[in-house]
Amino acid sequence: MTPFSQLLDRLIYTPSRNTKLALIVDYFRHAPDPDRGWALAALTGGLAFPGVKAGAIRDLAMRRVDPVLFQWSYDYVGDLAETTALIWPERRSNRAWPTLGEVVERLRTTARADAPDVIEEWLDPLDATGRWALLKLITGGLRVGVSARLAKVALAEYGGVEATAIEEVWHGLEAPYGELFAWLDGKGVRPDLEDKPVFRPPMLAHPLEDDEVEALDFDTFLAEWKWDGIRVQVVSRGGERRLYSRTGDDIGAAFPDVLDHVGFEAVLDGELLVVVDGEVRPFNELQQRLNRKTVTAAMLRRHPAFVRLYDILFDGAEDLRALSMLERRGRLEAFFRRELPSRMDLSPVVDFAGRDELERLRAGARDGATEGLMLKRRDAPYVAGRPKGLWYKWKRGPLTVDAVLMYAQRGHGRRSSFYSDYTFGAWRDHPETGTPELVPVGKAYFGFTDDELKLLDKWVRDHTVNRFGPVREVTHALVFEVAFDSIHRSPRHKSGVAMRFPRIARIRWDKPAAEADRLETLEGMILRGRPAADTSG
Amino acid sequence: MTAPHPETWVEVRPQGLYVVPGGFYVDPLRAVDRAVITHGHSDHARAGHRAVMATVETLAIMAHRLGDQPDQATRALAYGEVVRVGDVAVSLHPAGHVLGSAQVCVEYEGSRIVVSGDYKRRADPTCAAFVPVPCDVFVTEATFGLPVFRHPDDRAEIARLLDSVRLFPERCHVVGVYSLGKAQRIIGLLREAGWDRPIHAHGALLPMCALYEAHGVSLGDLRPATAGAKGTPRDEFKGGIVLAPPSAIIDRWARRLPDPVVCMASGWMRVRQRARQGGVELPLVISDHADWDELLQTFDDVGAPEIWITHGREEALMHAASARGYRARALALVGYEDEGGS
Repeated sequence: MTPFSQLLDRLIYTPSRNTKLALIVDYFRHAPDPDRGWALAALTGGLAFPGVKAGAIRDLAMRRVDPVLFQWSYDYVGDLAETTALIWPERRSNRAWPTLGEVVERLRTTARADAPDVIEEWLDPLDATGRWALLKLITGGLRVGVSARLAKVALAEYGGVEATAIEEVWHGLEAPYGELFAWLDGKGVRPDLEDKPVFRPPMLAHPLEDDEVEALDFDTFLAEWKWDGIRVQVVSRGGERRLYSRTGDDIGAAFPDVLDHVGFEAVLDGELLVVVDGEVRPFNELQQRLNRKTVTAAMLRRHPAFVRLYDILFDGAEDLRALSMLERRGRLEAFFRRELPSRMDLSPVVDFAGRDELERLRAGARDGATEGLMLKRRDAPYVAGRPKGLWYKWKRGPLTVDAVLMYAQRGHGRRSSFYSDYTFGAWRDHPETGTPELVPVGKAYFGFTDDELKLLDKWVRDHTVNRFGPVREVTHALVFEVAFDSIHRSPRHKSGVAMRFPRIARIRWDKPAAEADRLETLEGMILRGRPAADTSG
Repeated sequence: MTAPHPETWVEVRPQGLYVVPGGFYVDPLRAVDRAVITHGHSDHARAGHRAVMATVETLAIMAHRLGDQPDQATRALAYGEVVRVGDVAVSLHPAGHVLGSAQVCVEYEGSRIVVSGDYKRRADPTCAAFVPVPCDVFVTEATFGLPVFRHPDDRAEIARLLDSVRLFPERCHVVGVYSLGKAQRIIGLLREAGWDRPIHAHGALLPMCALYEAHGVSLGDLRPATAGAKGTPRDEFKGGIVLAPPSAIIDRWARRLPDPVVCMASGWMRVRQRARQGGVELPLVISDHADWDELLQTFDDVGAPEIWITHGREEALMHAASARGYRARALALVGYEDEGGS
């Protein structure tokens, strides 16, 4: 437990991604098998001990601690595992610290009723940090600020391989990942997962910048709409079906309406959308269904999911990734005619005569379903990662409003001495008194340069009217031109609207706050969905 | 005749704890005629008293922090020296908290009360170690009066700091410390651990360090942590250790430091959420107060049947003291607060 508890203890306090990576790589380098494999499983959320509940930990603490003192301590600390770890009165113990491997293997084979005795034996020889790590591990939810993705990137860095290579084998492996570490250590071959429904790292697009448009040879590209959903991969192999997010998270359990209909064997690339009566619904409807482990019947009925396909990576067992975009498109259309899969359709190819026409189409692409165009080189194979010059996303121009700075919050890590996160508002008339008031409409923490940040930080400090911990309220006197991709109704916000990807486009030092935009202006930018699949015009 | 119980001759007044037959307050919360001061932290040593009795170090700290107090009479007392004040005998005994810190022992007609002020039981290279004084009533603080507060070995904490310095040689480690006591103790512990390189310190810490040096506590090569040109980070701080007051470590002052690892030395760092809220990347659990176990151990060591609790988390400590057979009473003195450096 020592190296693992020290790792968790450092991670929980570390704001910097690179420092976290360095700490995890260092751990993989020094921790033995199978401990590091179990640690990897814990970090990626793949380790659970459903037999041990929080109540059992509390009961365990009561064996040693005055219940009154425990309750006061818990009220102060606010976390059961940490309270128990700190308050635990150690008894002299001759036992050595348990290893992570021992903990995992023993708990997996221990009956629920015996688990508290087993855990009690471990708590005595451990120190407070070791107890905390043990109890966090057992009760689940480490919450040390490490995503599964970050753990995999650390794994790639450790093994000197691309992160995509890790993703490609990940879903075919199981903890404690002996095979994986053997491969990364150069002591074994790459795990063979040909017949498993693994994730295939997707091909990603670069944004097409304004100054690149002139030089681009548009005739060598296919155009498609850029759908406003989330990128997914539908994988069906050896009778097993999976739905993966762009980052390789298995999200299938929340989307049975898509997966249950899959009868084919293939790997498909497409956009997950909510489609009702043939109409693509706004992104925030899809959002209701994301980040859930399961889904209710009501959600399935109200926000039915759908996949709009735009590429095919495998047809049966045949790997198509080396074929050109045009050839793959032909194979995708043939696949679709053959299988006619439910809850799926083809993303149409957008015909265009030249750059001018495409620019007109892009400018018109402002509705609830699309956010611009995709340009894909006709002769490009399917390459994992973000290769240069093959795929572009050409987003429509952003919307902008002028909003007034209301609150500023300290940033994190390198920015911890700067007020760098800004909440801004738009004007409306107070519902009762009718006097003008600002209501918050969004929050942004990028879009400005480091030099501008210094000026903003100084402005915030000079115009503070109130402090709430790390937040300062400022006089309503500074206007931001805020750019954002779209705006939606949101009952969770006081203003009733929520922006997507807001950023500071310009600081309007010159503009009086009273001339900033009104909430009605923002509400007028809310768009409804529009009919799907007839947009190829 | 039996000795009078201290509750018959020591009163809790709005100004603080008052010894009636001596005519003085201990650590009064507002200006009074006669005060005995346990130590120099600003919540215990306030300005404006007409007569002050304390250790020579505490008097020096008060003079430095409060400036000239015209018309104030001072009386320096050595540890263990007994003087008569009114009808009582007063003596001061080391409390182990900071330089010059003392417990005040007051004896009246064979009855004895010890007011400990703030105290700790660990060895500290910068001040005299706590001495248990047997008494009838022991007056204690309860800053860390919850059983979750058990300070680890401070030398192990310093070792964690030095490990981190080795792990990140391109970064600067900035340690948040309170200017009286914690700063000098951290420097002392670093020197004990073999760190003989220069230590840089925020300007607000240096005068107190000089005062410690003047009282015979040697702190080694100490330099001001000045900024580079136009406030830019200074490369010479890379791989180094810089000390600063807690308020400065994540504020503008810290921009002079290259990619700092923010550390904080305090007993409160035991609780993770507290450390994270403060933006601390490396919490060091080093305190100048007794932890939970040490509070209870001290009651046993002084052998007093009765414990009075001045400030802190008194309800848990009262509960535990009562369970151990002590008479325990909370004085509910308002005004002693944690200055941020516990």
